[in-house]
Amino acid sequence: MIFSDIPISVRITFSAIAVLLVIASLFSRWLQVSRPDKNYHELRQRIQTWWVIVAVFAVGVLFNKTTSVITFGLISFLAFKEYLSLIPTRRADHRVLFWAYLAIPLQFYWVWQGWYGMFIIFIPVYVFLFLPMRMILIGETQGFLRAIGTLHWGLMITVFSLSHMAYLLVLPVDKNPIGGSMGLLIYLVFLTEINDVAQYIWGKSLGKRKISPKVSPNKTVAGFLGGVISTAGLALLLAPWLTPLSTYEALGSGFLIGVAGFVGDVTISALKRDLGVKDSGSILPGHGGILDRLDSLTYTAPLFFHYVFFLKY
Amino acid sequence: MLRSLFYLLIVKPIVLLILGINARGKEQLPITGPAIIVANHNSHLDAMALMSLFSLSVLPNVRPVAAADYFLRNPVLKWFALTIIGIIPIERRPSAKGGNILDPVLAALDQGAILIIFPEGTRGEPESLSKFKNGIAHIVSERTQVPVTPVFFQGLGKCLPKGEFLLVPFFVDAFIGKPLLWSENRQTFMGSLEGSFSQLQNQAKDQDTFF
Repeated sequence: MIFSDIPISVRITFSAIAVLLVIASLFSRWLQVSRPDKNYHELRQRIQTWWVIVAVFAVGVLFNKTTSVITFGLISFLAFKEYLSLIPTRRADHRVLFWAYLAIPLQFYWVWQGWYGMFIIFIPVYVFLFLPMRMILIGETQGFLRAIGTLHWGLMITVFSLSHMAYLLVLPVDKNPIGGSMGLLIYLVFLTEINDVAQYIWGKSLGKRKISPKVSPNKTVAGFLGGVISTAGLALLLAPWLTPLSTYEALGSGFLIGVAGFVGDVTISALKRDLGVKDSGSILPGHGGILDRLDSLTYTAPLFFHYVFFLKY
Repeated sequence: MLRSLFYLLIVKPIVLLILGINARGKEQLPITGPAIIVANHNSHLDAMALMSLFSLSVLPNVRPVAAADYFLRNPVLKWFALTIIGIIPIERRPSAKGGNILDPVLAALDQGAILIIFPEGTRGEPESLSKFKNGIAHIVSERTQVPVTPVFFQGLGKCLPKGEFLLVPFFVDAFIGKPLLWSENRQTFMGSLEGSFSQLQNQAKDQDTFF
């Protein structure tokens, strides 16, 4: 895609993101200079990694459909690989895991084709029925339920859920003339990430009562509410530029992303707590693993997709 | 030339994308020879994964020490092992011809090579460490100034276990320890080497509780 083909609203959004990151980078440098006794290394690393994430995302949305689908397919692949590296797997399932990986290119091929019917049932039905059959052919029954349950949950979270991001890009453009093909996805990802940050900031400044003490002891009721309200406000502001949603629909989408983002976040936290790890990996310096960053999106992507799909497509 | 191409076009992309090695203590790896790297052996990927940790300029000097009876058993494999991977073949059993079976290894060290040695001898069960053979102690006792760097890999046995041909992607952790030097006799040297490995293994366990 040539630059002039990118809708003006998308150009403004990316410029705004760049400005936000420049401010964050300068602010973190200023913090380090003004208070040399404190160590802001992790914060600064985190912001540097944000630049990389935004760059990858820009490649993922701004070029053409093929580049987008490949980029999001690779992201799903990395997330699924990270998941499998974390969970205990059975030696006998070596080839089953190989088949599970094969679901990724297929799922993203359906996205590329825009074959909605296949996209929506492939992993929940066909892969769901195929993988246990493949396990049974190997014949190891010890730990069968645990193995197939954990494997399929991982595919649903890292491949099925996340592939909804890519499908937002292949929805018919004529329904969203202002935002263009990438408007909805940018709206979703921007709001989800801002929601994470807003919940964190509100929680740090006002939070007292813990919302999920067992799973995420740092999350508070004030953080959650403040985050959801901020996200809904921003959703109202951005919707006319990036989406075909009306005012009330935009407000609804903001609440949906705020709440779902929180649930996605604590779900991945529960996974990590169960496995006894702090971070899901170390591919993103300052953030942890790729699942640490995509946690909220595993919930917001499919829910926002179906919200918009039901209302507008 | 072929070797660099193979490394750039095949090993690097596979290791980056399919595996993704998370190396800790990379700065401990030797840059110049003679030096020895000692690693645990779970998979054919071990040698390639180790090679991928080196920069292209150091790579021609990095030579895995491998069993002649396995890697030289047919002409295609022999060509691949010698030309592309650059192994130093050794006999696993003393031959009738006499002479020291470790001579080619010592010769390579004298030429300044960085050797990769798997002291478990063969690929063991996935993700478990077998007892070290003490050939390594024999080598170091002959060349006492050569540093020995221990590298513990976790996860490669899940990617491509012994007897499988299908490579399945997993993130792999590499823990690189401090270089060791020869100490008094073979027992004490093997003791410190095994101690260093169990330390790296514990470091790995703290990282990841499950296997």
